[in-house]
Amino acid sequence: MSELKLMKGNEALAEAAIRVGADAYFGYPITPQSEVLEYLSREAHARTGMVVLQAESEVASINMVYGAAGTGKKVFTSSSSPGMSLMQEGISYIACAELPCLLVNVNRGGPGLGTIQPGQGDYFQSVKGGGHGDYKMIVLAPSTVQEMADFVKLGFELAYKYRNPILILTDGALGQMMEKVELFSQQDRTFEDLGWNIIGRSNGRDSNVITSLHLKADKMEEINIRLQKKYNEMRKNEVRYETVNCDDADYIIVAYGLVARICQKSAQLARDKGLKVGVIRPITLFPYPEEVINNYADKVKGMFVVEMNAGQMLEDVKLSVNGKVPVEFHGRMGGVVPQPEEILEKLEEKLLGGSK
Amino acid sequence: MNEKRMLDDQHFEQMIEEESICTTDNKVYEAPLDALYDTAMHYCPGCGHGVVHRILAEVIEEMGIIKDIIGVAPVGCSVLAYNYLNIDMSEAAHGRASAAATGIKRVLPEKYVFSYQGDGDLAAIGTGETIHTCNRGENILILFINNGIYGMTGGQMAPTTLPGMKSTTSPFGRDVETMGAPLKITDLVAQLPGTAYVTRQSVHKPGNVRKTKKAIQKALEYQKNGDGGTCFVEVVSNCPSNWKMTPVQSNKWMEENMLPFYPLGDLKKPNGKEK
Ligand SMILES: Cc1ncc(C[n+]2csc(CCOP(=O)(O)OP(=O)(O)O)c2C)c(N)n1
Ligand code: SF4
Ligand SMILES: [Mg+2]
Repeated sequence: MSELKLMKGNEALAEAAIRVGADAYFGYPITPQSEVLEYLSREAHARTGMVVLQAESEVASINMVYGAAGTGKKVFTSSSSPGMSLMQEGISYIACAELPCLLVNVNRGGPGLGTIQPGQGDYFQSVKGGGHGDYKMIVLAPSTVQEMADFVKLGFELAYKYRNPILILTDGALGQMMEKVELFSQQDRTFEDLGWNIIGRSNGRDSNVITSLHLKADKMEEINIRLQKKYNEMRKNEVRYETVNCDDADYIIVAYGLVARICQKSAQLARDKGLKVGVIRPITLFPYPEEVINNYADKVKGMFVVEMNAGQMLEDVKLSVNGKVPVEFHGRMGGVVPQPEEILEKLEEKLLGGSK
Repeated sequence: MNEKRMLDDQHFEQMIEEESICTTDNKVYEAPLDALYDTAMHYCPGCGHGVVHRILAEVIEEMGIIKDIIGVAPVGCSVLAYNYLNIDMSEAAHGRASAAATGIKRVLPEKYVFSYQGDGDLAAIGTGETIHTCNRGENILILFINNGIYGMTGGQMAPTTLPGMKSTTSPFGRDVETMGAPLKITDLVAQLPGTAYVTRQSVHKPGNVRKTKKAIQKALEYQKNGDGGTCFVEVVSNCPSNWKMTPVQSNKWMEENMLPFYPLGDLKKPNGKEK
């Protein structure tokens, strides 16, 4: 039975993980995501038997996730920007060993120790690699507390579908804000022999091995080719996005997460003034909704990208638009959240400029 | 065996050919094990790693726990341990084997879990994970192969390299003034309430091989009983290749230099038991 609750984003995410029947969480405190570990420490074990362990560092948490994910159990971790940086070696290992698991980055303003205020400066790290080598994760970008919960379920489904790490990339504001959330009903914790997982060598088979080491170059290339094939499947099947008032629009704002919500307000303000503005909100940041952006580029006079960083997703929008129309950008950094009026003003200044 | 030589097919082939030197009539023993693949290991002649693999496999087989044990291989010369041990295994990032083992044990508490780690892996890059795994008293076995050097990467200084000992990065001998003294991490973890059984053994003589085998068996039995915490078995070992010695010389050198610094014996036994 589903249930309606008023919850913080971080808590909704943690609650969803309990309800989806996750087996283990390994994490380390960092603002603005500590509520995930705190909530799970209070709630999870007693309700479902989920393992909740505070590790000694994010390096340890991601490697605990690596170990546990090899057993085929449903495991996850969460952190915020500096902690995610520490996890990158482990994520690369997980991607190469093709282990299903869920990762959450409650992005804060950087670089360095930065600020605990929300940011989107980890887009490149999340979408373009972060760790070493050619690997990809499906990156889900929620824009509501509801999606913070829903994407936990979706994330685990995708993780097992592709045997791949899945990242929820959210931010400090979504983690901290309270909203109404409809929670799905409690699911059982299940466990099975998936054929590849390490659960003890049984049934007369030879050993199962989880590894990312392939010393011979031709073998390593083979693995890479297989991974790239899988990423192409993701590109084909998993693109998710939302469009708001784009069909008659003259200008389209492209933004993700919290910023997309703010931009919807800006678009409304624009329409009040008679300016036809729509919003495209990429929900998956990898795979990226290139095609929809490219198609809309045929219909509009310009695209406007808004982010809480110096212009990272901007590059993907430019690649998608492929020079068809001007692409302009407005960004705030270091934890500053742009305001609806400010965004509209910048859009008018940069896209309409002299022509108005 | 460094990474470059692992890659060297010719070297592999040569090793396999060398196998034919032992014929059916001059073999010391023949005991095929289900827990050990019947294949040539890549370890250099006389290296302790191969011996430890063999006795580990023997213990697993004798205890009848092949289907109940999961191992974690490190980054180091024994990175390919899973090519020899025919049990479910995970390779781990350099230094993180005990964290990966923690993850496995926490979700499969009914299984036996061990990590197999070198001294660079366990006592340099992975020191944090080692200390905290032991401090939480994770109910696993940590098997620690201390050869006083980075074998895999070609003989650089390890945290366990002896004072005055030469390596490629301490070419004039380890100077404790600037490089620090060797880290006796086994003594350190013995101090933690989370460890149940801490022992230091070696495999340079038949008697020592038997003792090490016994120690591994005890550690797995303690794990089964689940009382007490982490079991930590150090094996003081050799690296003939990077020590630039013959196997025989290396064992002699180990006995004369390593063992006085890293004395063999139990450092800690489970509460009240085995006295
Ligand atoms: C993050 C990272 N840093 C460095 C290395 C390179 N590296 C591989 S093995 C090794 C040292 C291994 O020495 P030890 O743990 O003593 O094992 P041994 O080979 O002596 O058995 C190093 C530094 C690596 N693989 N990963
Ligand atoms: S002798 Fe040294 S280099 Fe050779 S396999 Fe053993 S530890 Fe590695
Ligand atoms: Mg070593």
